[in-house]
Amino acid sequence: MANAFKTFGPPHSNQSARQGQTKSFTNVGTSGRVLSVLGGAALAYYGWGRKQSPLGKSLATAGGYLVLRGTTGFCPFNEVLHVDTAHPETQGFEVTSSVTILKPREEVYQFWRQLENLPRFMQYLEDVRRTGPRRSHWVAKVPKNIIYKEKLTTIEWEAEITHEEENSLIAWRSLPGSEVENSGEVRFTDAPANRGTVVQATISYRPPAGAAGQLAARLLNPAFKELVKQDVRRFKRLLEAGEIPTIIGQPSGRKDENY
Amino acid sequence: MKAICWEGINKVSTERVPDPTILNPRDAIVRVFLSSVCGSDLHLLGGYIPAMRSGDIIGHEFMGEIVEVGPEVKNLKKGDRVVVCSVLACGGCEYCDREEYSLCDNSNAEPEWTEKAYGYPVAGIFGYSHALGGYAGSHAEYTRVPFADNVCFKVPDGVSNESALFTSDAFPTGYMAADFAGIEPGDTVVVWGCGGVGLMAMHSAWLLGAGRVIAIDQYPYRLEQARLRANAEVLNFKEVDVLEALKQMTGGRGPDRCIDCVGMEANSTGIEKVYDYAKQYARLQSDRPSVLRQAIMACRKGGTVSIIGVYGGLIDKFPMGPAMNKGLTFRMGQQFGQRYIPKLLDIVARGEVDPAYLLTHKLPLDKGQEGYMMFKEKANNNMRSVFAPAG
Ligand SMILES: NC(=O)c1ccc[n+]([C@@H]2O[C@H](COP(=O)([O-])OP(=O)(O)OC[C@H]3O[C@@H](n4cnc5c(N)ncnc54)[C@H](O)[C@@H]3O)[C@@H](O)[C@H]2O)c1
Ligand SMILES: [Zn+2]
Ligand SMILES: [Zn+2]
Repeated sequence: MANAFKTFGPPHSNQSARQGQTKSFTNVGTSGRVLSVLGGAALAYYGWGRKQSPLGKSLATAGGYLVLRGTTGFCPFNEVLHVDTAHPETQGFEVTSSVTILKPREEVYQFWRQLENLPRFMQYLEDVRRTGPRRSHWVAKVPKNIIYKEKLTTIEWEAEITHEEENSLIAWRSLPGSEVENSGEVRFTDAPANRGTVVQATISYRPPAGAAGQLAARLLNPAFKELVKQDVRRFKRLLEAGEIPTIIGQPSGRKDENY
Repeated sequence: MKAICWEGINKVSTERVPDPTILNPRDAIVRVFLSSVCGSDLHLLGGYIPAMRSGDIIGHEFMGEIVEVGPEVKNLKKGDRVVVCSVLACGGCEYCDREEYSLCDNSNAEPEWTEKAYGYPVAGIFGYSHALGGYAGSHAEYTRVPFADNVCFKVPDGVSNESALFTSDAFPTGYMAADFAGIEPGDTVVVWGCGGVGLMAMHSAWLLGAGRVIAIDQYPYRLEQARLRANAEVLNFKEVDVLEALKQMTGGRGPDRCIDCVGMEANSTGIEKVYDYAKQYARLQSDRPSVLRQAIMACRKGGTVSIIGVYGGLIDKFPMGPAMNKGLTFRMGQQFGQRYIPKLLDIVARGEVDPAYLLTHKLPLDKGQEGYMMFKEKANNNMRSVFAPAG
């Protein structure tokens, strides 16, 4: 982790200062920045918790990179590639994950529709508050710096429910002009043979355009896929088991860890 | 508190660790009275189960007393004397609903491992690696029990701690093995392995209507227990050709039900032994399946092979042709403890089976390494080492 910061120091470091005055210190567009922080944090969280595994390590590294990129507005890869992505971007990508929950469809739907419940199972969400019949205010917590991750910073945005069918579908989208551009759609259908409810969640993000943006998207996609999958599983667990199992905080013979 | 931690291959150590606390609303904290070693732990000790991390507290078969409950625990209170099922189950998923508790969707706190390795995540088990949830085990003064209402069972008055202990794991496992064997009245049942699990499978085979029980092992003291306690006819696989002997004993027909209570670290003889050890050593197969092969070959046409000995990964030279052409039925799985424990506690309370004889060595937590090595080497006629944290 520390290496990533050293090698790809932000513009105020000696290395970048040498690169001349013509270049803007911020070469990442706003939504790219926010998504980088959010995605990077998610990626880093995911990777950090699993840093024993090679996948975890690379995710934590990729996550650290994206946090750096988001918080500083500086992309070391852009710098290297001489790409400026601070322009409106076009392409998005989306992640779909489904799960079967042994609960009646009404109950599953109502739990999700009560948007205030989302932070109970979405790992990076801090708070969702209703601000109108269809509008809500969302707050996500992300670490400022992957190494001192207790220092959290928050990102907020407004969203509105764009489509809703009682007990079958909810779709929402961040309002134009909010810090984070994202949208989601969740479908609820009866599982066959009275085996509960199938929940299919599709979450869409808009990554920054350009080569580095595409690279980031490619880096991000598997991690977001994993994150969405985990959150959907946490939703199932919360509903079926009433809680999300954990081992964080339990004793072990390892002095440096809390599980 | 003190706890026995896995350190590496064939190495455990007794460490001072923090006391457990309630982490989730359905948790309870149990003060451990007795906590047994199990054949499954030998797979951890041998390094055959990946996802162990040094410092993990091990142990999964235990009983004790409730000292604290979370706000969502409904049926337990401080002071209850309980036996704790080794397998964690949420009680609310499709599999818990089917009483297939070790397949629980929700009790594994680290589901990614088995989801990748097996396609879908399986239930959590105490002290049995991060693949099975990473939960701190029971060789400790206190243990946190998640989903406590679904995992703790009150011990009836009059049943001793020693008798109740093995209804946590060895007895329900052996019982499930016999149940899965589909025993019909008068059937001949063969049990490979005379450890705690195998012996309990023999008692259970009688309870389920067997006409004859044959036990196989290599240790005379264990075969003696099978003969005396479980009323089995015995075969020492170091001394006889098992397939030939079983054929002779069954009038050339073969046993109806074959139960594997040995699993991935089976011992064998001759060239098969060299072959399996070499492959396992070279990581070309993760498990040594000689018992499974023998059970398939021994079983009569149309019979059942019930597999309760644990396998973790890949096996080689699996006799699929014989299994297919003889029309065998296979059943297997980690134990569905919650399905059987209440019934087994009744059986123990009525004195029909008393598993307490499995406890051959009671030790303090400080003797972790000694207890495990004695059990692994089958030294001092050890059947099970049991740790008693409070003495
Ligand atoms: N499925 C479950 O839920 C569950 C639960 C508990 C234990 N287990 C498994 O049950 C198995 C037995 O556990 P245990 O506590 O009785 O272990 P144990 O080590 O006390 O007993 C195993 C016995 O198998 C014998 N054995 C080895 N090779 C043999 C062979 N070729 N033929 C006949 N016997 C042979 C050994 O001599 C030993 O006595 C282990 O694999 C364990 O992992 C499964
Ligand atoms: Zn066991
Ligand atoms: Zn369950």
